[in-house]
Amino acid sequence: MIEKTVDIAVIGGGPAGLASAISAKESGAKEVIVFDRNSWSGGILPQCIHDGFGVEETGLLMTGPEYAEKYIKMAKKIGVKLLNETLIISFNKKREIKALNKKGIYKIKAKAIVLAMGCREKTRWNVMIPGDRPSGIYTAGVAQALINLYNILPGRNVLILGSGDVGLIMARRLKLEGANILGVVEILPYPSGLPRNVVQCLDDYEIPLFLKHTVTSIVGKGRLKQVTISQVNDNLVPISGTEKKIECDTLLLSVGLNPENELSKVAGIKIDNRTNGPIVNQDFETTISGIFACGNCLQVYDNVDLLSMDAKKAGKSAAKFIFSHKNRKKIQLKKKQTILHIIPRNGISYVIPQRISKFGDIQLTFRVKKPRGLSNLCVSSNDKTIFEKELLCSNPANINKVNISISKVTSIKQLEVKLNDR
Amino acid sequence: MFNFHVAIIGGGVIGSAIARELSKYKINVIVFEMGSDVASGASKANSGVVHSGINSAEFSLKARFCVEGNKMFQHLADELNLPLKWIGKLVIAKNDEEINKLERLKNVGLKNGVTGLKLVRGTELKKQEPHISCVSGLWVPTAGITLPYQFTIILAENSIENDIKFLLETKVKGLKKINDHFQIETNKGNFQSDIVINAAGLNCREIVSMIEEPDFNVYPCRGEYLVIDKNYSSLINSMIYPIPVEEHGFLGIHITPTIEGNLLLGPSAEYINNLNDKKTTKEKMNIIFSEAKEIIPFLSKKAIINAYAGIRCKLSPPESNKQADYIVEESKKTPGFINLVGIESPGLTAAPAIAIEVSNIVSKSIELKQKNKFKYKCNKRIRFSEMPTKEQSALIKKDNRWGRIVCRCENVTEAEVIKALSNPLEAQTLSSVKYRCRAGMGRCQGGFCTQHIVRIMEKNFNLDIKNMKLKSPDSKLFYGRVRGKKGD
Repeated sequence: MIEKTVDIAVIGGGPAGLASAISAKESGAKEVIVFDRNSWSGGILPQCIHDGFGVEETGLLMTGPEYAEKYIKMAKKIGVKLLNETLIISFNKKREIKALNKKGIYKIKAKAIVLAMGCREKTRWNVMIPGDRPSGIYTAGVAQALINLYNILPGRNVLILGSGDVGLIMARRLKLEGANILGVVEILPYPSGLPRNVVQCLDDYEIPLFLKHTVTSIVGKGRLKQVTISQVNDNLVPISGTEKKIECDTLLLSVGLNPENELSKVAGIKIDNRTNGPIVNQDFETTISGIFACGNCLQVYDNVDLLSMDAKKAGKSAAKFIFSHKNRKKIQLKKKQTILHIIPRNGISYVIPQRISKFGDIQLTFRVKKPRGLSNLCVSSNDKTIFEKELLCSNPANINKVNISISKVTSIKQLEVKLNDR
Repeated sequence: MFNFHVAIIGGGVIGSAIARELSKYKINVIVFEMGSDVASGASKANSGVVHSGINSAEFSLKARFCVEGNKMFQHLADELNLPLKWIGKLVIAKNDEEINKLERLKNVGLKNGVTGLKLVRGTELKKQEPHISCVSGLWVPTAGITLPYQFTIILAENSIENDIKFLLETKVKGLKKINDHFQIETNKGNFQSDIVINAAGLNCREIVSMIEEPDFNVYPCRGEYLVIDKNYSSLINSMIYPIPVEEHGFLGIHITPTIEGNLLLGPSAEYINNLNDKKTTKEKMNIIFSEAKEIIPFLSKKAIINAYAGIRCKLSPPESNKQADYIVEESKKTPGFINLVGIESPGLTAAPAIAIEVSNIVSKSIELKQKNKFKYKCNKRIRFSEMPTKEQSALIKKDNRWGRIVCRCENVTEAEVIKALSNPLEAQTLSSVKYRCRAGMGRCQGGFCTQHIVRIMEKNFNLDIKNMKLKSPDSKLFYGRVRGKKGD
């Protein structure tokens, strides 16, 4: 057993892990280590060879590998340690971490932990697609890794289920490599990826998008031969008689992402069943003191820029925690925290943070349930509106942010966030 | 022309158990398996239960082989280092009417020689299974669980260590008896043997009809399963079964914990026309889930990580209300041709007993002399994630590939994947890896490990990506390189 003590342990070396580590280090933390189970840093970025990364954050247009490289260089320059091919087996609320790599088994005591485990793709069985079980069914991200990292072509005649961003990007990517893209099938009446990706990845290449459709059967003994798609009704139930048979050798699934929180659950961190990520406060601190969460394990972001900006805040909070923790120990003073719960209501699918433990200016991040035009965002407490803002148009594919200010009113126990039609 | 004493057609649990039994003797045996690995059919797609014998008709071969096999299992598991747990089974009555049926079931069990049967109810029941909803239960302590695919694999691999030949991706296309020999035509060439053992599972009738007019029919009956995430494993302690539907011999949709900590829900029962139609259906998925949820209200659809189907080889038609028994005998018309037909559930449990029966039949025409050096013992499969930290550290020190996790859901290391790919059967599909070391069997279903396993296949085993398969001979994974170099 290799024993170690660190200031901050970051679990996951993707964009969130790197950004939070850099910011923690810049905020004064001495030893910051980023653990990643892959042999490279940057997480999913190295396989995202399309551009569009970094525009909102830096004004520069980069590809995924370029964006990752920028952060990796910066991390190394300021002395963040990157420990790759290292798997975290578990951690607990005392912030003791068990890790594993080719050198052996580690027991690490961290003053603060930042969770940045990312997310994993939903599989065929998460969405219960019946039929045969042939080869040729891949999640879009796996197909992306095969093509872009290993130069392997997963298929030639491809149907894509789900219009999430990875699915849209893979439609274009495979098209550029000469594959025949038979279409993108989406169960909802609107695409779930970003509008710009619908235009740039499908429309520009005349790839058909079947809205309100889903895959209802899969046929193929060895390799995939045929997929049946059906139209769905307003309750998303397939309508019989609308079946269309599509001959194809490959089905890519882009049916959603699940934040990866197996370790968090084992440690006893409370999970929000709306985001499937940890419940956090305004400082991205989870329900266990000294453990912070950021990136896609907190909520599935739609672009890396926003993710990195939030992750930096989480890293900074972690560094701050170490110092305040030191002081607190000295003066032995422990104030009882007032906790304010934030509840999503009409039209809002979730809000982060889910709870607030101090007053002042707070940034709320939220997603709407379905696309809508002009509406009013309303934050209220006991039916008393404390904040209101006009939203011109909103789309579930985009994360929204608003800054609110909360004055110290002891009677408030919870805040409600909702959308009102105009 | 290669000549063998015995040729076994089919590398399922029955064929592999017979191969292992015959490998104790000084005879030449060959096994033909048409799949890319052993356990390619019903042997991998079942509940993995070592049955007690309470469900089989009195005086039937099913009951006899089941009870005999059950008694052999512990010894066999010790020899083969096969995971086996006697977790017991609870047949539950959902209402007062069903309690009488439990009594009847208990009596059949007693007549079949099953021991330890006990009716439980009230607080005792609640204490035993706090999360299930029922009024009373029949406790069957002699039922256990094992890993059916691993059982078959170990039997086959141990046979190979004892000089039995296994040919994978080898389909028997013709069978003739010429004088005292059988001539066997396959896609891998022609073979000759003194005895042929038909352990072809669902294809048993096709094999028989190559040599004589079959006097039975096969009625394939599909059973679908759902696999539940390991996070839910603590919901039950033993197998939970409803009262069986007597007329058809179906055990009903039950909940079986697996050795690895998942739960299996199923199987459904549906007669189909096509022997190979292993598809899953939305309808059955929903029924299985809702029936299981009736028993364990805590189950959530979110917990489903996989679904599959297996096909029962039934010899009685759907309209019949009498269950056909196994056929385990030498053909009267063709001496030397031994048929194992209709070996549906409890075939896994019965396999070791059937193997001995077959070896007795073989001994009537061929003298079976024990080998001097029979290797009984199998090495334990090392599961890194289940070892104490000290042993883990020692392994990594010895070979650092133990320190790299390839499958994150099941914590499978690079060393385990390499070991799985180096199997004596030379089965090298993605599924072969999965069934040997569990890489790809967890909740992400290969999302993380596929790319890493493919790299290991390429780098360590020189497999061409164009020839990589998911499971069967025609289930190719890839279409070559995206940007091919010359010669690629």
